[in-house]
Amino acid sequence: MDVLEIARWQFGITTVYHFLMVPLTIGLGVTVAVMQTAWHRTGKAEYLRMTKFWGKLFLINFIMGVATGLVQEFQFGMAWSEYSRFVGDVFGAPLAMEALLAFFVESIFLGLWIFGWDRLPKRIHLATIWCASLATVFSAYFILVANSWMQHPVGTEMIDGRAVMTDAWAVFTNSTAMVTFPHTIFGAFAVAGGFLLGISWYHLYKRRHAGIDTVDATGRVIVGESATLGKNRDKVDYKVWIKSLRIGAVVAMISFAGVALSGHAQAQLMIEQQPMKMAAAEAACHDGTGFSLLSIGDLRSGGATTCDDVVGVFEIPGLLSFLAHENFTTEVKGVNTLLPEYQEKYGTHLPDDPMYGDRAGSEINYLPVMEVTYWGFRLMITLGGLSAVAAAVALWLTRKGTVPLNKWISRLALFGMLAPFGANSAGWIFTEMGRQPFVVAPNPSFEGIDQVFMYTAAAVSPGVSAGEMLFSLIALTSIYAFLLVVEVVLLTRYIRGGIGSAMPEFHERPGDGDNDQDTDALSFAY
Amino acid sequence: MDFLPTLWFILIAILWTGYLFLEGFDLGVGMLMKLFAKNEKQRRVLLNTVGPVWDGNEVWLITAGAATFAAFPYWYASLFSALYIPLTLVLVALIFRAVAFEYRGKAHTLAVRNAWDWAIFLGSFIAAFGVGAMLALSTTGLPLNANGDRVGGPFAWFNQYAVLGGIGVVAFSLIHALAFLGLKTDGDIRDRAAKLLARWLPVALLPLACWAIAVVWINASLAALAPLLLAVVAMVFAWIQARARREGWAFIGLGVFLLAGVAAIFTAAYPNVLPSTIDAAYNLTVSNASSTPYTLRLMSIVAAFGLPAVLAYQTWTYWVFRKRITESHIPAAHPVIPII
Repeated sequence: MDVLEIARWQFGITTVYHFLMVPLTIGLGVTVAVMQTAWHRTGKAEYLRMTKFWGKLFLINFIMGVATGLVQEFQFGMAWSEYSRFVGDVFGAPLAMEALLAFFVESIFLGLWIFGWDRLPKRIHLATIWCASLATVFSAYFILVANSWMQHPVGTEMIDGRAVMTDAWAVFTNSTAMVTFPHTIFGAFAVAGGFLLGISWYHLYKRRHAGIDTVDATGRVIVGESATLGKNRDKVDYKVWIKSLRIGAVVAMISFAGVALSGHAQAQLMIEQQPMKMAAAEAACHDGTGFSLLSIGDLRSGGATTCDDVVGVFEIPGLLSFLAHENFTTEVKGVNTLLPEYQEKYGTHLPDDPMYGDRAGSEINYLPVMEVTYWGFRLMITLGGLSAVAAAVALWLTRKGTVPLNKWISRLALFGMLAPFGANSAGWIFTEMGRQPFVVAPNPSFEGIDQVFMYTAAAVSPGVSAGEMLFSLIALTSIYAFLLVVEVVLLTRYIRGGIGSAMPEFHERPGDGDNDQDTDALSFAY
Repeated sequence: MDFLPTLWFILIAILWTGYLFLEGFDLGVGMLMKLFAKNEKQRRVLLNTVGPVWDGNEVWLITAGAATFAAFPYWYASLFSALYIPLTLVLVALIFRAVAFEYRGKAHTLAVRNAWDWAIFLGSFIAAFGVGAMLALSTTGLPLNANGDRVGGPFAWFNQYAVLGGIGVVAFSLIHALAFLGLKTDGDIRDRAAKLLARWLPVALLPLACWAIAVVWINASLAALAPLLLAVVAMVFAWIQARARREGWAFIGLGVFLLAGVAAIFTAAYPNVLPSTIDAAYNLTVSNASSTPYTLRLMSIVAAFGLPAVLAYQTWTYWVFRKRITESHIPAAHPVIPII
């Protein structure tokens, strides 16, 4: 592997990993803020417990997002210095704004929220979680503006060999960003919805399994209580889980609708802005109208010039045209039509410039890796759709107040939590790999701007050796793997601990221990 | 003179000052977890003095990096790629430190907790050293070619200034943390911190002062003499106050020392943002490394609103958590009891 390939693997691994934490942070943050608002308004104990329990899991996850986000910001300069020089004038601005306007708010107000229980007036304490959680959404907007500019550069001119911002409004209202933002945010809420649903389901199942909750002849729940060995599971505990479950299921279903609608809008833009990505998503060699359900053949064999070995086995006629054009007849261009167009516009060979390293003068392959785009696209849709269906089924199954006493369904519920994570990852891998061989994809629809593009091969740091790059790849990957285990172990422990893991006082009975602690100074301590 | 690039050069210097001032004491507290705290209670006191604020402090680093990217893409690209290995280590250090802060209290066994303590200690040390080395090299130069790429291999950056800057920031962070603990704690921790502060203050500030003097000397900068002098005065002032056990004034003295020291370093380095040690013609300067006036204007407007807002609500945070923390405040550790 050469420097470029290692750098790409590193960026891919660190970004996908970072984006395991990010959607959960975004979705769960706002959800916790809503729960705390409910507590503030109603004063009901279950909302306080929900806030504390889900807030605890939110924090365990948040810190991983922070720690891995730092790597993202640094590695543009470290591993992709030519990219940074080329795009800095445009791309740096949203990143700096993210830090200054969003990330500061997130970090500082979250600190206030964590340590401010009982310290701040209740109303202000509630405001801190709203500030922090809405800032995560803003944060996503700025980052997606930056990413969307790479997919579809706007508001920019090519001056002295670099992209220069000429219209900030255009950059910050990029049509790509306007559809990617809701798609990503809904995707994040789908993750949070599934998370609430799966964990609550498991707790309700365990309550039934332990004989605490039972059902009457009609299947309606009879809520019970248990307080053995300091393990307090009262009737409010039941309310926490059933409400969380229903909130999660509803959030997941609404999110999927939002994801589907915004995804449809994205497809319509993609066909204009990155037609090759759409063709590669369909593994469509020839123009057509059908959405492929299964295509077989050697997706790569044609290389840069031909694409003839892919055979559609099942396809739904007209569906692809509907996704892209909202009718059933307009043909969507296939790879064989697009390749000559790209070659004519952007050349057949990389320039003989030292910035391309060993690849200078080599033939350009405009075709993304179709196994990845084709299956990534399908995996995203399938996993996303399945989790929405699961949420609807869950609502139906729990209509009488509790879950069925079935071990397998409850395991499935836990496992199903992973589906929205997978859908997010698959979607990102698809959209980033589908942009290749460009790191900044050319914008075909604007006059004069179609010279603003950059091949990934030209973006990597020329001064960094393969050895250095390999060192960081191995170091980061192994640390990330280790920390994933740590996070999962901790999350599992706190999930299994239930409410008591976030509210230690909950397990304590009067006279159970030292209650003389000075709660005024430290109501929540590391 | 290029007004906007110069403004952004100053703003980035301010961001780094903010970072070193704020994260300075929490990096220091992280190191003191192993060097200073006597027992578990004291370690938890130390951790909780920075608990609500350390994450906000670290955002100054992220903002300094992102602002450099936006305002001086060539500076950002050359500096970060030239220091590939050390910055990788800084990232690893910051990852472990952040995770350890959050997860330490959730450990079930002493061995695991001890491991997280080491992560906090080493993470703080390596991050402080790495950031110091990076800033020192940015102000004294790296072997860069005409394209701004490092030549001479992965360790070509290593020289006396890297060591000086690294030690400078580590030592400053330690002493700054002792002053901070004097303000944030009481009892044994406060007393011992005050004694150590009075004893070690001048020694700890020396490397950072040497770095400032070196940069002023290399660039023969007369304009930087004034802030340099102020830094020396602040150092003497802080020492006098520390010996008199006026903790608030000592802390302020350290802050002025840092501000003046960084001002001297950046004034002396101006207009270079990153000199090349190979050929002065390859120097990156405020003019040839910056973004366009359009982008800088946009960023200036954002910073004009954003930065004062950050200062306001961050100051408020410190006010909210202004109480001193003592060992008696630390609640008993609550193990998580599995109920399912």
